[in-house]
Amino acid sequence: MAKHVVAPLREFPAGSRKLVEVKGRPIVVFNIKGEFFALANRCPHQGGSLFHGRLGGLVEASAPGCYRYSRRGEIVRCPWHGWEFDVRTGKSWCEPQRVRARQFPVSVAPGSALVEGPYVAETFSVRVEDDYVVLEA
Amino acid sequence: MPAAISIIDCDVHANVPGMAALLPYLDEQWRDSVIDRGLNSLESINYPPRAPLTARPDWRGEAGEPANSVDMLRRHALDRWNIDVAICNCLYGVQLLFSEDMAAAFAKAINDWIAKEWLDCDPRLRASIVVPMQNSDCAVAEIERCAADKRFVQVLVLAMGEVPLGRRQYWPVFEAAQRHGLPIGIHAGSSFRHPVTSLGWPSWYVEDYCAQAQGFQAQVASLICEGVFVKYPKLKVVLLESGVTWLPPFLWRLSKFWRGVRAEVPWVDRPPYEIARDHVRLTLQPFDGPCEPTAIVRLIEQLQSDEMILFSSDFPHWQFDGDEIMPAGLADGLRRKIQAGNALGTYPRLIESKV
Repeated sequence: MAKHVVAPLREFPAGSRKLVEVKGRPIVVFNIKGEFFALANRCPHQGGSLFHGRLGGLVEASAPGCYRYSRRGEIVRCPWHGWEFDVRTGKSWCEPQRVRARQFPVSVAPGSALVEGPYVAETFSVRVEDDYVVLEA
Repeated sequence: MPAAISIIDCDVHANVPGMAALLPYLDEQWRDSVIDRGLNSLESINYPPRAPLTARPDWRGEAGEPANSVDMLRRHALDRWNIDVAICNCLYGVQLLFSEDMAAAFAKAINDWIAKEWLDCDPRLRASIVVPMQNSDCAVAEIERCAADKRFVQVLVLAMGEVPLGRRQYWPVFEAAQRHGLPIGIHAGSSFRHPVTSLGWPSWYVEDYCAQAQGFQAQVASLICEGVFVKYPKLKVVLLESGVTWLPPFLWRLSKFWRGVRAEVPWVDRPPYEIARDHVRLTLQPFDGPCEPTAIVRLIEQLQSDEMILFSSDFPHWQFDGDEIMPAGLADGLRRKIQAGNALGTYPRLIESKV
């Protein structure tokens, strides 16, 4: 897998997401409260764009009417049929073992570690003094 | 009762011959009130006495009335088909009444009438408790009153009532039913608070009768989506005279859309078809399906469960001719499950009440 520099860290604030294309494959990268996660931008159900899905929380219940809401902003819902995916794992809520969005490693790396290469950054140049979001795909 | 129960008929009808039959079982005030107010009958258009479906021609009395005695039930069904146990469901129109007090009085009278005039007359008979669902407190009180008699094995409600059955206002009824080991039997029929189709009133009886399936679908959806089976995990629901082949497609649809909007009902934490497999049962007659001998086998494959269908004749309703109660194409093991095993797994009291 090759390293792809998605964006400078300062241009990728918490709560935002970016759509990148690696070798013709669209990948959506999420920043959730400073942690980065990358999923194939193709819902495993019928191919909807998860990049365009709403981010919400995990809704559970201990009993009918007793709602439990947690992990706000960590569950993406496909805009086509509403299937929920855990951004941290790519697993669907309904069938976590069978239906999951493919996940890719993503991390933050200092520019000093990247300038040596090899890496791909198509629209900007990497500077030693900045940090970058790096996707392996 | 024989040691081995081999045929259990989960839906036969104890028809009230007329209001006079109930008078001895009503409290004095209500007995006089029936006379003062000229309450002739609680027969409803769910099963008009003269409608062909209401009774097979050979299961009518001399005046054409639908079979309404233990003797006729014995002669035409129990003895004829070697039925070991039969569960009597009385459809006299208690559910139609608007007065909660009157509904409670009639439910009590009907249950006492069934116990005396039917259960006491043949050891093979069991019955469902008719409850006044107009008021959950009254329904619970009637369950508590009858539950000591183990020959009452189920709570009986109609497919089309005032509001969907899953609503929390009915939960005390489910709590009592679960506690006493009584499944909820939902029988075809309406209390006519609403048109029998969601489009409005149909013109003909055949439309009305077929529309019952829509009512059953809505009840299954309501019970699952409101979380009744999460709250009452031991509760079973038996769809009586519901038809059976509509269930798999409906569960496919319910489960498909649940995936997209399940966050609205987070207590529904597994696919509806799984919940239905654990909690919902259906009686055999009227069996509807393609005209091929393997129709029931395919249905069971689609249900992915061979435990959901319970044998029933639906006596005296006219669902089949001659002795053709059981669909063709059943292997022996499956036949035994449908004829008795599944019912024994559904009604705990069929085992407890063995005498």
